[in-house]
Amino acid sequence: MSGDLFDAGLQPERTRLAWRRTTLTLLVGAVASTRLLAPLLGGWALLVGSAGVVASLLLWRGATRRGRAVDRALEAGRPLPSPAPALLGVAVATVVAGVVGALVVVGGVTLL
Amino acid sequence: MSRFPRWVYEHGSEPDPRFSLANERTFLAWSRTALALIAAGVALEALAMPLEPALRAVAAALLLVLGAVLPLLSWWDWGRAERAMRVGAPLPSSHVRLPLAVGTSLVSVLVLLGLLLR
Repeated sequence: MSGDLFDAGLQPERTRLAWRRTTLTLLVGAVASTRLLAPLLGGWALLVGSAGVVASLLLWRGATRRGRAVDRALEAGRPLPSPAPALLGVAVATVVAGVVGALVVVGGVTLL
Repeated sequence: MSRFPRWVYEHGSEPDPRFSLANERTFLAWSRTALALIAAGVALEALAMPLEPALRAVAAALLLVLGAVLPLLSWWDWGRAERAMRVGAPLPSSHVRLPLAVGTSLVSVLVLLGLLLR
């Protein structure tokens, strides 16, 4: 029954990949922020960057679990779980990235 | 069932799951766009791009503001689209497109001017 209404192999897979692209981008940003914040925060930059890496990995893990929950829901014909908590996590992480970016710019950090 | 957020899920019935997943991917795509804008804003200043300094600073600030605001707009878009699909209404027009188009065009003009007025 689950195979009839939609191509189960494509949409959930594409969504999983979209999550991976997004959490990977956040992870790379968190690592880069360590380098960028170092002139401003010294050793604390490592702490901030590590927090970002941990947050990105948590989002990654949340996305993986959600992918499995979506698969189960589709197979059982149940409504999809809400993506909103995970989406909110991404939104918050992105806004934080913006704040970090503003700090770097206002702090006059140059890499050259 | 009370899924979060209620202002979305308390209306209507389940749409085709493909559409919900597509809606989800749209939000994620906007988030990646926001991160790219933030990275561009940081790069303008941190890599000391050879532009007129004041214009470069404004362009960087604009990129950062766009990048920070985009997730909020696209979150709102996501909720409205999901709710519209649930009640069978037409998809609402996105709140992201106009600010993004105006903002990035403005940044382009600032960068061009910054190059010319070095």
